[in-house]
Amino acid sequence: MDSEITGILKAKFDLDIFEADNTSDMFTITVSYPVIHGVIKELKENPQLNFMFLTTLCGIHYPDRELPLGVVYHLHNFHENKRVRIKTFLPSDDPTISTVTDLFATANWMERETYDFYGIIFEGHPNLKRILNVEYLDYFPMRKEFPLEDPTREDKDDRFFGR
Amino acid sequence: MSEEKTYTTLNLGPIHPATHGIFQNVLTIDGEKIVNTEQTIGYIHRAFEKIAERRPYYQIATLTDRLNYCSAPINNIGWQMTVEKLLGIKTNKKIDYMRIILMELARITDHLICNSVIGVDSGALTGFVYVFQERERVYEIYEEVCGARLTTNMGRIGGFERDFTSTAIRKIKEFLERMPKVLREFEKLLLRNRIFMDRTMGVGPISAEKAINYGFTGPNIRAAGVDFDIRVMNPYSSYDDFQFELPLGTNGDTYDRFCVRQEEIWQSLKLIRNALDNLPEGKHFMEVPAFCLPPKEYVYSKMEALIWHFKIVMGEIEVPQGEVYHSVEGANGELGFYLISDGGRTPYRLHFRRPCFIYYQALPEMIRGGVLSDAILTMSSMNVIAGELDG
Repeated sequence: MDSEITGILKAKFDLDIFEADNTSDMFTITVSYPVIHGVIKELKENPQLNFMFLTTLCGIHYPDRELPLGVVYHLHNFHENKRVRIKTFLPSDDPTISTVTDLFATANWMERETYDFYGIIFEGHPNLKRILNVEYLDYFPMRKEFPLEDPTREDKDDRFFGR
Repeated sequence: MSEEKTYTTLNLGPIHPATHGIFQNVLTIDGEKIVNTEQTIGYIHRAFEKIAERRPYYQIATLTDRLNYCSAPINNIGWQMTVEKLLGIKTNKKIDYMRIILMELARITDHLICNSVIGVDSGALTGFVYVFQERERVYEIYEEVCGARLTTNMGRIGGFERDFTSTAIRKIKEFLERMPKVLREFEKLLLRNRIFMDRTMGVGPISAEKAINYGFTGPNIRAAGVDFDIRVMNPYSSYDDFQFELPLGTNGDTYDRFCVRQEEIWQSLKLIRNALDNLPEGKHFMEVPAFCLPPKEYVYSKMEALIWHFKIVMGEIEVPQGEVYHSVEGANGELGFYLISDGGRTPYRLHFRRPCFIYYQALPEMIRGGVLSDAILTMSSMNVIAGELDG
């Protein structure tokens, strides 16, 4: 089924489908961010693919990459019990991506959570505001530039903790 | 005078005895009818995903305890299986069956709490107190297996720290003997009780399509009539060795959710009995030097063992690069772990798919048009656990 998925997506989005990888635990496709809504819509609504369940949606941050912020979607086709992982990466100066709340109601809070922690803006989201953190927080805490421990601390030497 | 309708705003929570945790619901009500509600969550957010990025793998198990604290062993074992999947470890049947026993015990306690609380919220306190006695007995089994009760940190990556003792097996057997009797009595109290049925049937219903669209999993989606269970779809821990039935509801209302959970307890009992009867001989841990502590007598007498012990405890073990998604059937839905490792001693990114965070957002739709007392029942029947909701 993997090649079928790439075939259908490639036919429709051609150059925006970068990479299809089935070496890891799940079939993974990386797509360019402007087409993400179209890809998810195709995966959900194409009767041959029929991925009707959005399992998770989460953010990820690779500060050293050209496109540092990412969104990862896990979709599930119940009938054939097939899972697929869609990844897309965004620039950090304008991390805007279109929402999938119109396709999956469940994406509402997942996108709010991703916005809350990574600052990724989901265009067209009905209520994009912080969900787990306080409203007046002025940064996005899951980004890698915010270390978990205070970096100015001197009483803990990382060398002794294997870090 | 204008005929314009005015609504009342009622603030339910964050601290309210009927919400079983810290949730806030700002309800817009018309008399007693609910027009809309807005949920505020995050009161006990502890940033587990961030903390996990700085913790060695074995220390993350203690974070998972605190997600769904009503069934902590499922979370612990789910996490351990995720790391095993990353490392490519295949556990033996003995470990698998031990895990099934513990996970099903956890499922029973979770369902018992949820179902008895539905009773409490509809005015029947007796059942709650009665089944809590049995929950206590399961906690005694946990205590015998791992030493802890609520936040268990049970098992290790690659197996268990110790085998079931004869006391543990005796306690499981005693529990299996007592439980059906108690459960039957509990069902007698509620299952065909006219008042209970009137209070729960047709309350907070959700259709199958909507349940899928809202990302429902676990007993909640099965109550809506979708036969989705990770234990069957992607069998882990040798669940495919056993026969069990998936109870399904039709309306997805509070009564269906109650019945589905009730039947699942029976199925879990059957699973535990089968797993215990067929528990094979063998080692209770796999040879995973990276995570299994060397035997204590060697640590005290041999230098290498001491160094190795120290290395593991200080979390200096490097894990290979990789990316895995592993999910288990938690007591309230698909509990997923999305783990990205860049090869260090800690995960690069760990995302928990927390089932109640995902399905709690459907609450406004489920309670709209109902009355306030039904909203409370709907909420408790969805089995929303504050720790898991806020992560």
